[in-house]
Amino acid sequence: MEFLRPATWDEALAAKAENPSALPISGGTDVMVELNFDRHRPAALLDLNRISELTEWESGVYEGQEGEVIRLGAAVPYARITRELARQLPGLALAGNTVGSPQIRNRGSVGGNLGGASPAGDAHPALLAAGRDVFVEAASVRGTRLIAIDDFYVGVKRNSLEPDELIRAVRIPVADGPQQFSKIGTRNAMVIAVCAFGFALHPRSGTVGTGIGSAAPTPRRAVAAEEFLADELAERNLWATAG
Amino acid sequence: MSTRTIRGEKNLQDITTAHPDGIGGSPLRPDGTLKVKGEFAYSSDLWHEDMLWGMALRSPHARARILSVDISEALTLPGVYALLTHDDIPGTKFYGLEIQDQPALAIDQIRYHGEAVAIVAADHPETARRALAKVKVEYEVLTPITTEEQCLNPETHGYVHEPHEYKGHASGNIVHQQKVVSGLGVTDEVRALADVVVSGEYQVGMQDQAFLGPESGLAVPAEDGGIDLYIATQWLHVDRQQIAPVLGLPENKVRLTLAGVGGAFGGREDLSMQIHACLLAQRTGKPVKIVYSREESFFGHVHRHPATLHYEHGATRDGKLVFMTARIVLDGGAYASASPAVVGNASSLSVGPYEIPNVDVIAIALYSNNPSCGAMRGFGAVQAARLRTQLDRLAAELGMDPVELRQLNAVSQGSYLPTGQQIDAPAPVAELLQKVKDLPLPPALDVTHLDVRELPGALSNTSHGEGIVRGVGYAVGLKNVGFSEGFDDYSTARVRLEVIGGEPVAMVHTAMAEVGQGGVTVHGQIARTELGERVTIHPANTEVGSAGSTSASRQTYMTGGAVKLAAEAVRNELFALGRTRYGWTGNDLSLVGGKVVSASEGVLISIADLLGDHAIDLTREHHHRPTVPFDKETGQGFGHVQYTFCAHRAVVDVDVELGLVKVVELAAAQDVGKALNPLSVIGQIQGGSTQGLGLAVMEEIITRDGKVRNPSFTDYLIPTILDTPPQPVEIMELPDEHSPYGLRGVGEAPTLSSTPAIVSAIRAATGLALNRVPVRPEHITGTLTPTHFPGAAVQSSQQPPRGAPNSTTPCAIPPQARTAAGPPPHHPCGTHRTHRQHPLRSTVFAPRFSYRFRYDLSLDPGTPDQHTPHAALAGARAPWHPHQASRTVPCHPYLMGPQAGREPHPNPL
Ligand SMILES: Cc1cc2nc3c(=O)[nH]c(=O)nc-3n(C[C@H](O)[C@H](O)[C@H](O)COP(=O)(O)OP(=O)(O)OC[C@H]3O[C@@H](n4cnc5c(N)ncnc54)[C@H](O)[C@@H]3O)c2cc1C
Repeated sequence: MEFLRPATWDEALAAKAENPSALPISGGTDVMVELNFDRHRPAALLDLNRISELTEWESGVYEGQEGEVIRLGAAVPYARITRELARQLPGLALAGNTVGSPQIRNRGSVGGNLGGASPAGDAHPALLAAGRDVFVEAASVRGTRLIAIDDFYVGVKRNSLEPDELIRAVRIPVADGPQQFSKIGTRNAMVIAVCAFGFALHPRSGTVGTGIGSAAPTPRRAVAAEEFLADELAERNLWATAG
Repeated sequence: MSTRTIRGEKNLQDITTAHPDGIGGSPLRPDGTLKVKGEFAYSSDLWHEDMLWGMALRSPHARARILSVDISEALTLPGVYALLTHDDIPGTKFYGLEIQDQPALAIDQIRYHGEAVAIVAADHPETARRALAKVKVEYEVLTPITTEEQCLNPETHGYVHEPHEYKGHASGNIVHQQKVVSGLGVTDEVRALADVVVSGEYQVGMQDQAFLGPESGLAVPAEDGGIDLYIATQWLHVDRQQIAPVLGLPENKVRLTLAGVGGAFGGREDLSMQIHACLLAQRTGKPVKIVYSREESFFGHVHRHPATLHYEHGATRDGKLVFMTARIVLDGGAYASASPAVVGNASSLSVGPYEIPNVDVIAIALYSNNPSCGAMRGFGAVQAARLRTQLDRLAAELGMDPVELRQLNAVSQGSYLPTGQQIDAPAPVAELLQKVKDLPLPPALDVTHLDVRELPGALSNTSHGEGIVRGVGYAVGLKNVGFSEGFDDYSTARVRLEVIGGEPVAMVHTAMAEVGQGGVTVHGQIARTELGERVTIHPANTEVGSAGSTSASRQTYMTGGAVKLAAEAVRNELFALGRTRYGWTGNDLSLVGGKVVSASEGVLISIADLLGDHAIDLTREHHHRPTVPFDKETGQGFGHVQYTFCAHRAVVDVDVELGLVKVVELAAAQDVGKALNPLSVIGQIQGGSTQGLGLAVMEEIITRDGKVRNPSFTDYLIPTILDTPPQPVEIMELPDEHSPYGLRGVGEAPTLSSTPAIVSAIRAATGLALNRVPVRPEHITGTLTPTHFPGAAVQSSQQPPRGAPNSTTPCAIPPQARTAAGPPPHHPCGTHRTHRQHPLRSTVFAPRFSYRFRYDLSLDPGTPDQHTPHAALAGARAPWHPHQASRTVPCHPYLMGPQAGREPHPNPL
């Protein structure tokens, strides 16, 4: 097995373009399990751990997204999201806090969760609920493409990345209303969701965001429920008065 | 004893107190810090130059005929040194703890999923794996014999061991059976004496020992044609007794040394990779290491017998037990392992610590094509502990307090058990119950100061107090200590006293397997108490006589007792030396602070001066008092060495809507006779209680048609720290005059009573029958789908929880979301909750939902209704202000209520 260790993002993109079958490894909390269980024997591993910008986040204003947006580097571990972004991204912070154990939360990342695209990934319901204007930055030597979160998950453990693409970051609007996340597992920690639910109110747009995990081949929204609740809140004039 | 009264010289005053690291103290464990820091060398860390890696090819079927095994292609792979099947075994082909019915490698038949068919030695684990992938095995797959009904009808469903091969103690698909009949037995006349009768069927799932260090070891071929095996095990000598004949070697050519053991709990009583590594080393002439993966480990050791128990209890109106019947069926799986002894325990301890005048019990262990089952902490007594449910039901029928009912019928010193054995040591059962009952209860759930980690679901954030019901439950257990039924499981210890660097040093040498229980610490304490200052512990190996098994709560009693005997003998020899040399006449000698002291004359001489270059090196065997086998038909006999008792009180919070359980507190009281090391005793009690907690609410190996469905720690769940509650421990020390220092075995008793106490508490919270452990969420919510688990028929009779109307069902998933394709592939055993269908509209503003809003939004410290209790909040609308959005979302996601405003909480674990 080849082990590629690019030092910069450009080198990483070049390596991925040259070896499209190389398996990116970030926190390794999924990849190493697959390797150790002999479920996967990739020809090459592409180690992203030397690329420091992947572990950074910034806030700013981006085209196509309303208000302040967090651009979350693909490799920012859950522990830091919970510590540093609980105010801006409360749903994701809650979700991140349910992932595995402290050790896993110190290594595991949203980029890795998206890369794996497991229907049981806990970041997904929170990202779906955070709004239709959440985008995955998919980068390649050909340039950067923004994939709307609704178009990202395409099948069981399949996403819409091209073979030469890597996830650079996720752009998530800062919460403009309350967000929640909860999951049901058969133990009080370190457990795969039997079902997970992300929920957000978006008063600015008068919309409701939901995300359901572990209940279908891909993470998905409860579209009817979103619309129902948004209408209900509008009908009762609760968006405007904020309850 | 550790404290001595010394008269005479003043200069003795500073050495009259007990050695702080002698018995009764809690010195640091030599392995503790290393283990915590990850520096302890486990058997899986063993390494030898030139070593090869061994690996086994295992059957994917539970029952099959092997038509052919073709290894030719695998052998051509470079790096493969040997590939063996049963044809290559030089000696006997079978082994076993009590009954030699298990082939070292499968011979023409497969009897359980994961049975080893062939073994390979290669230069690298990857080579070994590839080689095994090239072995071609042709199987004729047969329908496995897996249920009690199938097992008991061999003419229809077949024999696990054909009659001509059968080696068990009974016949057909029964390995062993034991009856216990006492008093008048249970006849119609006896039944007529009871005013109230309760009966029920109970089930115990198959628990795994789930030790963290997988099976591993290193076999090194020796120049004399023998093998040196470095191994993590529970009993070196009995391993050797089983290994040597298979290798065709005399026992003295198979030498075992204990390697670092990463937990055992009974799972290392049977052999796993020992014979395989030795066979490969013998064949290749090279050292061979085998380390199981976690998945292989699930197939590599025996588990706790799953059981079906039918109990019937009769009592008078005033609560006195009149009779009990029990039929206990244990599934032993493919091979005998420790099944006979487990049956002996389950039957003889089936009454629990209660006086019941008339008893009729039968326990049997089956042969089946399920995974083999054998020893696990609690050994037969854990399964029998399901009778606690009966007592709760009886108490309900009688309108009595369940603790009082137990106390009324509790045994005490002098009581007779149904085996006719009289309890001839303290048996403070009623007192232990009282002790846990008298402990202050943990505070009630306070929704104004919530830390979600303390709720069912914890960080999963499934409740902020709504739907949570608290329950309290009690149980007390009866466990034997040591090997029973006439078995002389003696222990050997060698103690050598010599002067090293001017100081006397005592070396303790035993073959005791330190599996984490703290035995080496206790041996040091005993030697220090008996001989003085410095003690070293020799590595455990077969150069010294057997120490028996590290199981049955027996090691401190048995090998600790042997160390005491050997140390006393060394001390006497030392005194004899002085008497001869210096003509001492007094009989009042003792060793204190490295000196020989006479009570009347003061310090006589230092040990160093007395010994000089001489070493005293003595070996002693410690035998417990003899026992006898139980009579096969009546179960009568003095069968057990010692009894031990532990009581628990469990406090649980149950989310009755989601079926999630959080054990809030698990208090224990145990009589340990004498706590040689109080800290270790507490550790044993808390560890044993936690293993019982695992069985109560999560731990189970799921099989379907004999195949193991969850051989991983992703799917076989054990308690995490967030599942493990505070565990106050009350220790009683009532000495047993038959044992060294009056001590009582500690390790297993807590495992018996913690499970039923927790189940009893869940029952108190939910009002459900809960006749099966582990209790899973679907048992509490009543959403079990019958195909999931064996024994589903019993559970399906359980009713959905009272007070959990459909309208509060938390699931807000629209029906169309549920019509999507099946569960994601890596879901544990596909145990999806079945969501009750309900119209969307009725749930949206249900109390649970509104309550959630409340917490989302109320973290503004100024919000006045912050402390409004739960009920008042139901339906409250969210005080949410859009312009304050950034201030009103939780600043820390798992702290709710006033604490949320504090500094971000450090990492929760
Ligand atoms: C004990 C344990 C418990 C766990 N519990 C949970 C849990 O509760 N909830 C949960 O959701 N997950 C859980 N996981 C899974 C895992 O931790 C998460 O999926 C995590 O988000 C993975 O992140 P990572 O950085 O470690 O990914 P990696 O393992 O490094 O990678 C995961 C996948 O993403 C790809 N990838 C990584 N980075 C990129 C990138 N920049 N661009 C493109 N592809 C990329 C990899 O090629 C791989 O396919 C658990 C894992 C373990 C071992």
